[in-house]
Amino acid sequence: MNDKKNRTRSLLVSLLGVCVLGVVLLLVDSFGGMDSYIRGIFMQCCFAVIMATSLNLVMGYLGQIALGHAGFMAVGAYTSALVTKAIGLGIKAGTIAPISNVSQFFIGMLCGALVAALFGLLVGIPALRLRGDYLAIITLGFGEIIRVVIQNLPFAGGKGLANGQAGQALIGIMKMNNIYIIFAVTVVSVAIMLAFVRSKFGRAIIAIREDDIAASSAGLNVTYYKVLTFTVSAFFAGIAGAIYAHRGLGTLQYSDFTFLKSTDYVIMVVLGGMGSMTGSVITAVLLSVLPEMLRAFAQYRMLLYSVILVIMMIFRPIGLFGNYEFSLYHLLLKWFRKKPIEAEQSAAKGGA
Amino acid sequence: MAESILRASNLGISFGGLRALHAFNIDIREGELVGLIGPNGAGKTTVFNLFTGVYKSTEGAFYLHDKLMSGKKTHEIVAAGIARTFQNIRLFKKMTVMENVLIAFTKDIRYGLPGSLLRTAGFWREETAIREKAMDLLSVFNLQDKAGWGAGNLPYGQQRKLEIARALATNAKMLLLDEPAAGMNPTETAELLACINTIRRKFNITILLIEHDMSLVMNICERIVVIDYGEIIAQGLPEEISHDPKVIAAYLGE
Ligand SMILES: Nc1ncnc2c1ncn2[C@@H]1O[C@H](COP(=O)(O)OP(=O)(O)OP(=O)(O)O)[C@@H](O)[C@H]1O
Ligand SMILES: [Mg+2]
Repeated sequence: MNDKKNRTRSLLVSLLGVCVLGVVLLLVDSFGGMDSYIRGIFMQCCFAVIMATSLNLVMGYLGQIALGHAGFMAVGAYTSALVTKAIGLGIKAGTIAPISNVSQFFIGMLCGALVAALFGLLVGIPALRLRGDYLAIITLGFGEIIRVVIQNLPFAGGKGLANGQAGQALIGIMKMNNIYIIFAVTVVSVAIMLAFVRSKFGRAIIAIREDDIAASSAGLNVTYYKVLTFTVSAFFAGIAGAIYAHRGLGTLQYSDFTFLKSTDYVIMVVLGGMGSMTGSVITAVLLSVLPEMLRAFAQYRMLLYSVILVIMMIFRPIGLFGNYEFSLYHLLLKWFRKKPIEAEQSAAKGGA
Repeated sequence: MAESILRASNLGISFGGLRALHAFNIDIREGELVGLIGPNGAGKTTVFNLFTGVYKSTEGAFYLHDKLMSGKKTHEIVAAGIARTFQNIRLFKKMTVMENVLIAFTKDIRYGLPGSLLRTAGFWREETAIREKAMDLLSVFNLQDKAGWGAGNLPYGQQRKLEIARALATNAKMLLLDEPAAGMNPTETAELLACINTIRRKFNITILLIEHDMSLVMNICERIVVIDYGEIIAQGLPEEISHDPKVIAAYLGE
């Protein structure tokens, strides 16, 4: 079918685009443009992109307000850090056969993502039965609970429940700042989420957002799709957490995952456009890079964000990109004035 | 006589103190077209909400093909074969006409997460197949040229039709139509009538229909059930109903 051909081509073109980005990265790197400062910002962009896109699944596509995304990130960060630390210790003690840093990181990352997903499932099952505002409050509460629990877990560097000494950070975490690997993880994560959205799953959750009673009357198991999406979203927040934990500082603090962190990602999603992965990626990068460039104004950051949000809500409530998705393939076709293989045209949004 | 398809025995529901439906008994036979009428607030839509699991009954039970349905969730009831439309059209307005129908096929799609992430051959086969099926269905309603339209941009009459198409796409055996002709002009109503006749023939489907337009009901229904204040006050053939003093009283008010 033509639709399939177009999509396959589009996929190939996108792959090519990603490769080009990778080569650019390589060039910048090999000409010495990647000092540790730039590297740090790059890593920050990567986990912010994963956080924003995964939150967009819940907020943009499913249409539920979730205010505790940093909580899932924390679960992923601490789990992965503890796992890589354990592996590192095991290797040192000779109980585990030595493996490369990269494999250690991947094992840690996968564990972090799975545990975060498990938490997503546990929070999602009761919370998603409720409507709108309740979910916002429950997720907000969850985020705070996670942070406070970590603060008090001795093995996570917390002060422990019994002794009153000041909370400490989890230290001695392995470094994984190979930008190519982090870049690849980010690209694959976003690609998986896009594939999810562009399948029966994405269709179902958008329908649920539009009208959940109609969705169940059309045969959808609404609770199942809601919980699944929430779990997938938490899974990727866990991956972002793993990148964060191993970004090179070697430490994790519970105060890294406050409610304000969650708000940051909500802002990215809302600004970029709920229901646009393109929008989430771009605002995530912008809002990670800009504050670094405007260090002098750091204390006005939240103020600035709120002003921008208010202006946005007045003049463009759907966000920068609405639900538009960038497609390199279609852009190229446009440049060369070619038309996509038929079918696609009638399938392209008509009637507007 | 044909087999029973949808049967309710002493079905009822109360909202707090308000008894919206009480002792509702009905036995619909395969292939029938039954009308459900009654004044405003009589409890007609409530019957549909009970039959689709949107509300849980507080008394009685209902059966599809003699299988107990009360207590089941909406999507389970749909899977068993009951589908509906809504009095106030409920389409997925921002999705395309095609996607509105595709949603109803979701429950039959077999590919799971791995298939959709890896874009397997099975994924494409199923996605292509349901698009073709949806196109066929849309052409029954003469909507094939608007498959790519946003559903919210369709004219009113066609939105009603799309909702019926979506209900049929669930592969329902029993179709509940809640005031399908409401707000339609006479041409649209005539078209709708023709459409209902077509789908009855084509899909071999049983229909329970709520309608205010008496001429429409008298025209196409084989049997009519009248409710008022949540209770059945009459049922029978259209001519019988139109002469029933209780029905006339209910409609003319006291
Ligand atoms: N969820 C609910 N909570 C409380 N009362 C309800 C609820 N749903 C319906 N009712 C009440 O039940 C009664 C019957 O309502 P229903 O919608 O079934 O009427 P109807 O026959 O469809 O009327 P109409 O012709 O206006 O559509 C009304 O008095 C209504 O207020
Ligand atoms: Mg009604």
